[in-house]
Amino acid sequence: MIGNWLDIGPVTQIEPGSARTLPVEGSDEIAVFHTMRGEFYALVNVCPHKQGPLSQGIVHGDAVACPLHNWNISLKTGNVLGEDDGCVPTIPLKVDAGRIYLLREAVLGQTSPAGAD
Amino acid sequence: MNAPMSFEESRQAGGTRETLVVIGNGMAGCRAVEEILARDPDRYAITIFGAEPRVNYNRIMLSPVLAGEKEFDDIVINATEWYEDNGISLVSGDPVETIDRDAKAVVARSGLRVPYDKLVIATGSDPFIIPVPGHDLEGVVTFRDLDDVNTMLAAAANGGEAVVIGGGLLGLEAAHGLSLRGMKVTVVHLMPTLMERQLDEAAGYLLKEELESRGQTILTGANTKQIIGDGEGKVAGIELEDGTRIKASIVVMAAGIRPATGLAKAAGLECERGIMVDDNMVSSDPDVLAVGECVQHRGLCYGLVAPLWEMCRALADFATQEPSGYEGSVTSTKLKVSGIDLFSAGDFSGGAECEDIVMRDAARGIYKRVVLKDDRIIGAVLYGDTADGNWYFDLMRKEEDISDIREGLIFGQAFASGGALADPNAAVAALSDDAEICGCNGVSKGTVVQSILDGAASLDAVRATCKASASCGSCTGLVESLLAVTLGEDVQAGPETLCKCTSFTHDDVRGLILEKELKAIPQVMQELHWTTPDGCSTCRPALNYYLLCAWPGEYEDDQKSRFVNERLHANIQKDGTYSVVPRMWGGLTTPNELRAIADAAEKYNARTVKVTGGQRIDLFGIQKQDLPAIWADLNAAGMVSGHAYGKALRTVKTCVGSEWCRFGTQDSTGLGVKLEQMTWGSWMPHKFKIAVSGCPRNCAEATIKDFGVVCVDSGYELHIGGNGGIKVRVTDLLCKVETEQEALDYCAAFIQLYREDAHYLERTAPWVERVGLETVKAKLLDDPGAIERLAARFRYSQTFMQDDPWAKRAGGERSDLHAHIAEVRPLAMEAV
Repeated sequence: MIGNWLDIGPVTQIEPGSARTLPVEGSDEIAVFHTMRGEFYALVNVCPHKQGPLSQGIVHGDAVACPLHNWNISLKTGNVLGEDDGCVPTIPLKVDAGRIYLLREAVLGQTSPAGAD
Repeated sequence: MNAPMSFEESRQAGGTRETLVVIGNGMAGCRAVEEILARDPDRYAITIFGAEPRVNYNRIMLSPVLAGEKEFDDIVINATEWYEDNGISLVSGDPVETIDRDAKAVVARSGLRVPYDKLVIATGSDPFIIPVPGHDLEGVVTFRDLDDVNTMLAAAANGGEAVVIGGGLLGLEAAHGLSLRGMKVTVVHLMPTLMERQLDEAAGYLLKEELESRGQTILTGANTKQIIGDGEGKVAGIELEDGTRIKASIVVMAAGIRPATGLAKAAGLECERGIMVDDNMVSSDPDVLAVGECVQHRGLCYGLVAPLWEMCRALADFATQEPSGYEGSVTSTKLKVSGIDLFSAGDFSGGAECEDIVMRDAARGIYKRVVLKDDRIIGAVLYGDTADGNWYFDLMRKEEDISDIREGLIFGQAFASGGALADPNAAVAALSDDAEICGCNGVSKGTVVQSILDGAASLDAVRATCKASASCGSCTGLVESLLAVTLGEDVQAGPETLCKCTSFTHDDVRGLILEKELKAIPQVMQELHWTTPDGCSTCRPALNYYLLCAWPGEYEDDQKSRFVNERLHANIQKDGTYSVVPRMWGGLTTPNELRAIADAAEKYNARTVKVTGGQRIDLFGIQKQDLPAIWADLNAAGMVSGHAYGKALRTVKTCVGSEWCRFGTQDSTGLGVKLEQMTWGSWMPHKFKIAVSGCPRNCAEATIKDFGVVCVDSGYELHIGGNGGIKVRVTDLLCKVETEQEALDYCAAFIQLYREDAHYLERTAPWVERVGLETVKAKLLDDPGAIERLAARFRYSQTFMQDDPWAKRAGGERSDLHAHIAEVRPLAMEAV
């Protein structure tokens, strides 16, 4: 993937089966998930239902159950699973040599579109 | 080997042939040459440079050499004769240091300069050395080549302790080898699961158990802080982030590999993680090709051997002008540790569009998981029985539609290929009457069918009558099929299971946790044949509670299986902020406490301050990251967590009682305080509320609480199972006792019975209605020793629970749960 990557620190800072948050000035907060399987995902930290903070939900498989009303969201696609509808924007993420990187353009989102540098 | 000479010889012999120089005498480099020779033996004059001073050997077989199962000679792929027979010049022990692309020549360390028409870079990969202090001490080795193996063997000859950093494929093979050579081995792995790139949590758990039973110590989630020296430049051990020190005379770094791109980068070839190549393995220079672990193809770098064969095929096709192209590989892995059968292939991380088929056979230590997407296999993890690994892998690579064999897929090729038998019901119907259905209890198909015909019309009834599926449950599917085949539509649905991940009910699970002494969530899932790899948001919190209740003091609470409120010890609100409720014993407070609450409310911008129905004060609108600080302030004034957020003891509501009230018959406030001090901190199936009223006027509303005490002149009436929620339920009278101590004992006993018997998320009211008041009464009152035993178990459990969670967090425990990892400011553009 072409683009600039933002180093957000070592993989060890997120316990497997949980998530931590990354506030972005002028844009939505991002939740970075670490599944029990050891995969990492990043999503906008807002449930499409009632804006619950997904980072605080229970992570199971590669889904998270929103802490407010238990909607299940796929961490891979951001799609709401089951009978509910909706989608959460996902942020491209890569792990390299034990560090987590997010795609800078996607992190900065609407506030600073193309050519983030 | 006198390489430069033979190079000259081959130049002369080759005449006008094009020259091909290969950098790397490893598996990829030699395989590429073999493939080219097979297509057109006379096309190129070939020179191979190798950094190691030896012929080409099978690097992946170093593990058996270390383990003493093979000798070096057994793993040589191409001996000296091969180079001679094919007119290849081998320059070994003289690595290439520069590629001069302008002049089209390579220069080795000795100064030897060899021109090329085509260059193949096959430099492989380098072990990743974690840059911790002490990584350069003598005795810190990697596991990459024969020299490393020899160093390890020399260390093992003296016995003692070894540490392997990295619980991936390579690390575990190194650990196995050293262990067989007589060393006491500790594996230190950063991730929570061994081989997390190849295995899911369940299989990783089985592997860890097996290795531990073989005497290795496996530390997962362990971060190496430094390698300790003995003061004379040699390694003496390692220290972990948590301060643990482990003695070792040798430390093996097996934390991963990196494509070796140094040479290519220095030559100005385009590199990212690896050397960038197209489908013909051509780099950014049309005369330079690259192959093996050093390349990056379509965004991927490979560290396994299978892709290398396919890359070499494509490279040779291109180099002999019949380009076919490489399209990337689907990889599979087998662990080369004797006696452990483990297979993994493809993508098994699951996901929205994927479906899992899971089979667990606890008795035989088997775990199989096949991941499907659009009726095709995209991944598989097998542990214990890998016989069908290749079959799944084949189906996966061919992307075959498996919808026709889906039902029997997990049972393997022999079963699934039975054609018509692919329908499980048909397969079961085709079984003979004496075929064994339940291995645990030795029940044949004929016996099961007979008990169904005799009236057992549900799974539960079958279990009760003939014991089939009553033990481990792995034959549940077969019994259900027999019910369907025998009764058709008349099968009665069984009781509700704990969740969709299991066929067991809450009661089954609780019973089996005790019976089989299951003490960890992955263990429960394995032993009880969970159908999902790591459960769901329904079963995980339930199992966490059941284990916590069953093994007080032993079971370590799993925070990631907790709902947010219990993880953060505060109540999440609709805007994502939290509310904080300090405990007020029996509803009593002091000016000092009120002052501290007022100060905290101002300091942390509590937008709303509300008196709750449970006689305490709720501060709303607190930010997640401020929680530890506000708790520290409240702790300083002597207050602890009110557990207003938990499936736990909430409040003990009281009236003022005989101390002030002209109607009061007993010290209801005092008893309330004592009850709260006895019960606070206890985790329950659901929230639990207590009240004590000083007279039958019942100002504390004790008759709509989970446990209510109504004081009367002659003693205390104890009420149970009340609820003021969605469905109001007035309590039932349990009994009347004469002394305050009895009231306390009965309360402890009732709570413990509820804790041990109710389903997770079942309040006392529906629980009493489900099991019946008479049953509850009988369990508490019929046996004269019951109250004492239950109360004793509760008090024992409480010795581990009455530890203020706020104080621990305020003291810095799990600060990661409250802090952001970083912040992004668009102008600054950098993460903190």
